Amino acid sequence: MLRLEKSKETQFDILTLLGEVDASNSVILDKAIQELVESGAKHILVDGQGLEYISSAGLGVFMSYLEDFNDQGIWMGIFGLPPRVYEVFKILGLDQLIPIFEDKSAAIGSLNEA
Amino acid sequence: MKHNFNISCQTSALSDLRTFLQRTLAGFSLSDTEKHQVTLAVEEVCANLIIHSHGCNPKDQIQLEVKDSNEKLIFEITDQGSAFNILEYEVPDLKKVMVEKRKGGLGIILVKKIMDEIEFESNNGTNTCRLVKRFRS
Repeated sequence: MLRLEKSKETQFDILTLLGEVDASNSVILDKAIQELVESGAKHILVDGQGLEYISSAGLGVFMSYLEDFNDQGIWMGIFGLPPRVYEVFKILGLDQLIPIFEDKSAAIGSLNEA
Repeated sequence: MKHNFNISCQTSALSDLRTFLQRTLAGFSLSDTEKHQVTLAVEEVCANLIIHSHGCNPKDQIQLEVKDSNEKLIFEITDQGSAFNILEYEVPDLKKVMVEKRKGGLGIILVKKIMDEIEFESNNGTNTCRLVKRFRS
C-alpha cells in the first residue's frame, strides 16, 4: 500500500510518501512528481518518514527525473528516510545523486544557505 | 527447514511475497537491515520474472523455496517462462540509467550487491535462479 500527500510550505512542494513503493504502484509516484512539475514546482521536498519500503521500481522513478530536473533548474531532495530504506539508496549510490537529509529543517536549511 | 510460496504473476502479488518473506526470515539470525535487503533482492528477481518473462499473466506462477543450510540461506526461484539469466545481464552504469531515463536495470544491481552468491540454470523449460545469503555471525 502506498499513500501520497501533497502540501505546500513557503517555496517548497512537499510530497509525503506513506507505505511501500514497488512495481505495482510506482506509477502513482511517477504521476505525482509529474503533476508537481506541471504545476510549476521548483523545489520538491519528499517526506520519506513514512516510507517503509521502496524497490527499484520506485528508485527508478526518482532517477528518471534527475537529468530533466538539472536542465530545468528544479531542485528535489528527500528527508526523514528510515535507516533501512536509506541503506537501499546508499547501496545504489543514489545518495550521491539526490540530496538526502535527516529531517525537514536540515533540508530547508541547506537550500536557504545555497 | 524449507518454506515454500507460490507467486501469481502479477505485480499486486509482490506485497504478499514480502509478507511471506518477513514471516519466514523472522526465525533466522540476520539483522533487520539484512532481512529488509534480502526481501528486496528476492522481490526484484520475482518482479523481473513477472513483468518480463510472464508479461504479468496472473495465470502463470513462480515458485519460491527458502531453505537454510549450515551458514547460509538459499532462495530458489523457479519458473517456466522465457529464461532470464541474471548472470549474463550486463549491469548498467548508474549515470547511464540516469541519462537514458531507463527505469530498469536498477533491480539487478541491487540483487548483485545484496546477495553473496547467484546461480542460474535452465533445464527443459524450467528456470531456476538461486540466491544465497550467508549468515555473518
